[in-house]
Amino acid sequence: MESKPLTLKILDVVAILVLIAATYMALNAPTERVMGEVQKVFYFHIGTAWTALLGFILAGLFSVVYLVTKDLKWDRYQVAAIEVSLVFFLITIVLGSIWARPAWNTWWTWDPRLTTAAVTELIYVAYFMLRQGIDDPDRRARFGAVYALVGGLSAPITFFAIRLFRTIHPVVIGGSNAEAEGGFSMSADMRTAFFFALFAFTIIFIDLFWNRIRLGDLQDKVEQLKLKVTM
Amino acid sequence: MTDPFETVIEETTGRAKISTRPRATFFKAVSAVVWKDLQAEFRSRELFSAMLVFSLLIILIFNFALELDIKTRQSVTAGVLWATFAFAGTLGLNRSMAIEKDRGCMDGLLLAPVDRSAIYFGKVISNLAFMLIVELIVLPVYSVLYNTNLFQPGLLLVILLGSIGYVGVGTLLSAMAVQTRTRDILLPILLFPVVIPVLLAAVKASSGFLTGADISEVMLPINLLIAYDVIFIAVAFMVFDSVVEE
Amino acid sequence: MITVKKLVKRFGLKAILRGVDFEVQPGEFVALLGPNGAGKTTFLRILASLSRPSLGEVNVAGFRLPNEAAAVRSRLGVVSHLPLLYGDLSAEENLRFYGRMYGIPGLEGRITEVLEMVGLDLRRRDLVRTFSRGMQQRLAIGRAVLHDPDVMLFDEPYTGLDQDASSMLDEVLKTVAARGRTVVMTSHDLARAEDLATRFDILSRGVISASTSRAELQGSNLLTFYKEALAG
Repeated sequence: MESKPLTLKILDVVAILVLIAATYMALNAPTERVMGEVQKVFYFHIGTAWTALLGFILAGLFSVVYLVTKDLKWDRYQVAAIEVSLVFFLITIVLGSIWARPAWNTWWTWDPRLTTAAVTELIYVAYFMLRQGIDDPDRRARFGAVYALVGGLSAPITFFAIRLFRTIHPVVIGGSNAEAEGGFSMSADMRTAFFFALFAFTIIFIDLFWNRIRLGDLQDKVEQLKLKVTM
Repeated sequence: MTDPFETVIEETTGRAKISTRPRATFFKAVSAVVWKDLQAEFRSRELFSAMLVFSLLIILIFNFALELDIKTRQSVTAGVLWATFAFAGTLGLNRSMAIEKDRGCMDGLLLAPVDRSAIYFGKVISNLAFMLIVELIVLPVYSVLYNTNLFQPGLLLVILLGSIGYVGVGTLLSAMAVQTRTRDILLPILLFPVVIPVLLAAVKASSGFLTGADISEVMLPINLLIAYDVIFIAVAFMVFDSVVEE
Repeated sequence: MITVKKLVKRFGLKAILRGVDFEVQPGEFVALLGPNGAGKTTFLRILASLSRPSLGEVNVAGFRLPNEAAAVRSRLGVVSHLPLLYGDLSAEENLRFYGRMYGIPGLEGRITEVLEMVGLDLRRRDLVRTFSRGMQQRLAIGRAVLHDPDVMLFDEPYTGLDQDASSMLDEVLKTVAARGRTVVMTSHDLARAEDLATRFDILSRGVISASTSRAELQGSNLLTFYKEALAG
């Protein structure tokens, strides 16, 4: 049984350090005038959203690569990407909720980003439920890839559709778009904290992703060994 | 017992004499599948009656669940209709594939020397036919129950485009779902999150037509529906092989 | 007609077929025997182009599987233990559907001939769900020969048939095989296999462990041969 490669161990440590650093920077960044302390959630909210999005895009790419090459390792990568993305979208949604409450006095805004994140979560859950109902590893990988591809195309379309059509609910347009359009202007310090958070979460993503792939590989090895024993 | 091919062998020199065998053209295969589905359904009317009754029950539930005074009804009609179609649609999709799987008929289809996508298109067209028939019956029923005229060409167009998208993705996903252990429950779970753009656009466009909105407002969702239909049918066409073959 | 070299089929990490070598000359009738779980159905599905080999070479009717699967399919007739028939359609409607899928010219006449051959002519308009298992199996064979295939694959065709139905099936099989077609049949029924086949192969633990022909078997019993092959 191979032990963790040194690079990965180092990365684990770096990820933790970077997370601590990002927290420190976020907490010590200047307080925003209008929203107050709660605005600081924003640094992590975007960080986790970015990580989740990264996982999402990778999962879609892995689908295509798997369907073309039929090499099962791409399936393992895809499962890892989707798992990580699932967790981070969840964190994003929770943080978004925490921000929304004091800022706009509601736990949930039906804005395009948040809603699409929720829909994507449901697609992920469906993905795992699909895989669970299949025993044959090849078929599991094929079906997973197909569904991830369909979901990967559908989620962005959902985002645009909501953005274009949903005028029924009072969307706090100013507030929810503030993040992207810099509705609250960021001072230099805030900007540093912001970009550092993005950087930190990218490192965390790579670390978790790599660890998860390694876990998948080990699981496969266990299966192989089990088979050898029973034969 | 006489063998039907006795004469054939006497005329020729050996067995594998014809180097090219008769093959069904793509179009012929698709129409054979569609015709077969329609014929079988016409006999048993299983799918059709289930979908229809389910739809009417859903409308009934909506009636009691939502307080529909005349004003609210106007804004909610499109939503109620599409929710009904979305739920009832899964019944048809599930059943259509289950029929193939249960008696091993899927193997029969796969053994034929035709492109797998012919099976996909055949199934999409027959599923679409069933769905449209049910929808076209639900419309007058709803119209009568709520005293609104739903027979507007614009609405019918939206229903067509929306159903195409729904069935296009649904047929692909049901082909997968039917091969898993959790079969029936799995299809709605797979389908609904992915078909949300269709619902969004269809409801928006339907509402627009029913409330007599400006044509510019309606064009955008209709374009989205067309785009969705094209994209997903193309994708399904490309991946259907991987889904049915071993 | 059929050449299989070192065929391996894996499902995930488990190997069902582990290097099968198999060759069938045109016109041979091979009975493929073996215990449950030996991989007979898996093997037949690969020959039928319904399943892909993990490793190895498979050639049927001169075409390579899985690459040239489409060409193989038009020359293949398959009967499995599932009927592959639509219960809500009549016998002739089922044949008409498959005939269209195979692009058979002169379909109507062909349907009548086939129905006569399997003895279901009088029930052609009846729905398949009213048929007994034996009748369904006969219709299934009719479906399989509709397009005049060179190679026929039968997977446990006698499953669930009573004495009468089995005898009828015997007749049909003999007629079908008599035309110089190549046949591979898996079966648990050694007596019937002995009656029909010219060659007997044993599939055990993922490989062909023994093979004998009718000539070699003369005098001896297939059952004895089978037991010895499995014990060894």
